[in-house]
Amino acid sequence: MGIISRGFSGRSREHNPDLPPGQYLTEDFPVLSAGPTPSIDTADWEFSIRTESGAVHRWDWDQLKSLPIEDVSTDIHCVTRWSKFGTSWRGVSLDTLFADVDTNYEYVMAHSYGGYTTNVPLEDLLDGKAWIAFEFDGEDLDPEHGGPARLLIPHLYFWKSAKWIRGLVMMDDDDPGFWEQNGYHIYGDPWLEQRYS
Amino acid sequence: MTDTDKPSVWKVGVVAETRTETASGRSIVLDVPGWGGNIAGQHADVRLTAPDGYTAVRSYSVASAGSGDRVQLAVDRLPTGEVSPYLVDDLIVGDQLEIRGPLGGWFVWRPEIDGIEQTGPVQLIGGGSGIVPLVAMIRSHAASDSTAPFKLLYSVRTPDDAFFRSELAEPSRGLDVTWAYTRRAPDGWARPAGRLTRADLEARTFPANLSPAVFVCGPTGFVETVANSLVELGHDPARIKTERFGGQ
Repeated sequence: MGIISRGFSGRSREHNPDLPPGQYLTEDFPVLSAGPTPSIDTADWEFSIRTESGAVHRWDWDQLKSLPIEDVSTDIHCVTRWSKFGTSWRGVSLDTLFADVDTNYEYVMAHSYGGYTTNVPLEDLLDGKAWIAFEFDGEDLDPEHGGPARLLIPHLYFWKSAKWIRGLVMMDDDDPGFWEQNGYHIYGDPWLEQRYS
Repeated sequence: MTDTDKPSVWKVGVVAETRTETASGRSIVLDVPGWGGNIAGQHADVRLTAPDGYTAVRSYSVASAGSGDRVQLAVDRLPTGEVSPYLVDDLIVGDQLEIRGPLGGWFVWRPEIDGIEQTGPVQLIGGGSGIVPLVAMIRSHAASDSTAPFKLLYSVRTPDDAFFRSELAEPSRGLDVTWAYTRRAPDGWARPAGRLTRADLEARTFPANLSPAVFVCGPTGFVETVANSLVELGHDPARIKTERFGGQ
């Protein structure tokens, strides 16, 4: 146990098994962004996956929306210590988008409009674990929260769920993305409190 | 650096000084053996522990910069907060708390990089307690006798809501400070009270053609508005670094 803080009692002690260590619950939806919010017209929007062979798989907005759309209800956990339970999203599973992608590489760099990047192992994007999400709480995704579309990888800290997603590039090695080069953990499992490198 | 001095390791800080900054905020100076200094703009995690072992951790920007084991935080009380009311209302000189850091390598300003003095203009724009990391940059600028032109635009509700008011009232050399009041301005103040507009930014900040490094920190809505206006005014989004707090 650490140093006792004289006079500090804190909130209720109800153990919540759904709350990862060091997190607190919020009803808000706080915003963490490194720079200005980019403005992206869905008419110009495009998402792509590029592999080591140079093959590029592309979807424009209408093509994305014509794919099978899934409803996702999930808890999310931000490295700045807030967690939000039962958030509801709609989007396209990465399993669908990777269905025709042929790659031997095991890592992915996600690239966003505005220049943000984040690295993720491919296995963390597949088997029903990740989506390209474009609706939150029944509404089009707000630009502040990553609209028109963001990556949604709820089992990792939320900085991995890149806002304003533009594309995925397969990588041979787990090279660090933006926050990962700026002091954050290379993987970011909230249950292991992998906040900082 | 020994293992126990690493930023990721919890250290014990002793409160050396507290100062009331506003009706809801105060600054806290801690002596933290092993801290070893920080870059202006970095933050720290603070951990409180209740007698039964329950802990709560929050991140706060560091107002101090440079070498040494003295750390200054400045904290605004959130009405429904768990940690900030304790830090603002209960903590007294001599108390111990746990702290780790410095953390973060993005929202920072360095007087020199790889031995080269940074001389480019720097525009700081703060809202409320969002001034804290910007004050660290201002102090780093002054302490290093930097020749980089600095401008601060500081938006607060009323004159009583300004953190570091007396320090910012007498700006150091090379620093230009503009105040903006959103609810109540001092008597005789030329600009009527109101939120920052694009016209304010155009009139009172470095123009885009000077390619300033821009740091914007404050509540989410404030940062969104300011950063969007700056982009509209021609600033390269890649030159604008933001730090937001609070939900919506």
